[in-house]
Amino acid sequence: MNEKEIIYFDNAATTRLDDEVLKEMLPYLKDYYGNPSSIYKLAQKNKNAIERARQDIADIFNCRASEIYFTSGGTESDNWAIKSIAEAYKSKGKHIITSEIEHHAVLNSCKYLESQGFRVSYLKVDKNGLIDENELKKNICDDTILVSIMFANNEIGTIQDIKKLAEIAHEKNILFHTDTVQAVGYIKIDLKDLGVDAMSISAHKFYGPKGIGALYLNKKIKVLSYLHGGAQEFSKRAGTENVAGIVGMAKALELAYNNLEKNNLYVKDLRDKIIDGVLNNISHVKLNGDREKRLANNINFSFEFIEGESLLLMLDAKNIFASSGSACTSGSLDPSHVLLAIGLPHELAHGSLRITLGKHNTQKEIDYFLNVLPDIVKKLRDMSPLYEEYLSKK
Amino acid sequence: MNYSEKVMEHFNNPRNVGEIVDADGVGIVGNKKCGDIMKMYLKIRNNVIEDAKFKTFGCGAAIATSSMATELIKGKKISEALKITNKTVMEALDGLPPVKVHCSCLAEQAVHAALFDYAQKNNLEIKGLKVPKDTKEENCCAEEDGNNCSCSN
Repeated sequence: MNEKEIIYFDNAATTRLDDEVLKEMLPYLKDYYGNPSSIYKLAQKNKNAIERARQDIADIFNCRASEIYFTSGGTESDNWAIKSIAEAYKSKGKHIITSEIEHHAVLNSCKYLESQGFRVSYLKVDKNGLIDENELKKNICDDTILVSIMFANNEIGTIQDIKKLAEIAHEKNILFHTDTVQAVGYIKIDLKDLGVDAMSISAHKFYGPKGIGALYLNKKIKVLSYLHGGAQEFSKRAGTENVAGIVGMAKALELAYNNLEKNNLYVKDLRDKIIDGVLNNISHVKLNGDREKRLANNINFSFEFIEGESLLLMLDAKNIFASSGSACTSGSLDPSHVLLAIGLPHELAHGSLRITLGKHNTQKEIDYFLNVLPDIVKKLRDMSPLYEEYLSKK
Repeated sequence: MNYSEKVMEHFNNPRNVGEIVDADGVGIVGNKKCGDIMKMYLKIRNNVIEDAKFKTFGCGAAIATSSMATELIKGKKISEALKITNKTVMEALDGLPPVKVHCSCLAEQAVHAALFDYAQKNNLEIKGLKVPKDTKEENCCAEEDGNNCSCSN
């Protein structure tokens, strides 16, 4: 491995923009600068580009173009869906159900609603991060108005049976939102089949640009304006559109869907090589999340006796970029809420390493990583009083 | 993490890692729940710290502050070593990000805990040395603000 080469293993955080997507976007960043709301030709070209992108995205997800709203990304989509559904349906009830392992965009939107008088139930998950449908049934109350469950988890990659969970909610006339930010690009979503009422997506997770996302809101539900102002986005989300971003997201989604099976097989093979390579060659390691119901690109290990940030820094020194659920990397004093929710003790959550692969990763990178990792783990364990304690007890 | 070059240098090449089998004083602070534990071993003769070694489970700053603290106390008289505070350690490392200040507190506490152990074993009273703070799980994770160690006071 050349010293200058980098190994990017953090594709759940964000991905590298595709060349083809960039090419599609460039004219809208430069030559086609007209405001889509204006009436002259320079502007109408942009308006048409937005509506074409909306239709393309709707075709891919099998919904109507009028059900796709462009946003600034996953966080905004989650905020909009949850807060506006809560507001629009509060006369029906003030109870919301979500899970303990949601992204903070969902969890903190729910926390905000709690401060506004709503009740929120946070479903527990099993040791692999899966939600039990009976848990959902048990938590439904007469005044439940919304269930929000993520399609695939960003930390441990666990994939939920969203179709089944949405059915359970619908039997009780409860609306269902899903955050599919990590799933799109790895799992084909057909909204007619899936049956959810609202869905959040984000372009930069599938080789699209940052700062653009979408919210699908089923026609049948009441939609409240999220940003007040002009008439953009069917008067529900004001502000001059991010035209280049919208065009880029549509292109990135098209590419992701056209190559989905191929990319999945490729990435899954690399993923399994890392999982097997690490579990077979390093002792006291645990794979977090479900082995089967798991995103093709997600790996999450806990290494006993060592701390995640140190591990990341040592990998960084080898130009390998990954992430961890340790408190030191979360910006708070507690380790990842997802790892705690699956029942990991604190020290194992602190010792976690997340590797999220992408289509640009290569076999050579995997070999290099598997080659350097054992020495790094050994160096940190040799320094660890916990390992010393373990050895003395042995 | 936005660490200084000094912190990274000590993290990548930590000084004095290891155990002292016949240590005169051993101190252990921090806990698993918070994600950092420091164990400090001291060899003391004629009131002088002749050798210091450490083992640390923790983040980059925890390892770098352990390394720097051992460097600072080696060869020092006990009375001088007690003057080395978390701030001394931080300054020697060209600073720490605010969220990592508590790692320098742990380093200070580890030195004190090891000296306390030495004093107890030898029935000595060391002026200025307090009983080590209990850093068991329920007492941990005190948030430090700015450059102050709320945990050591």
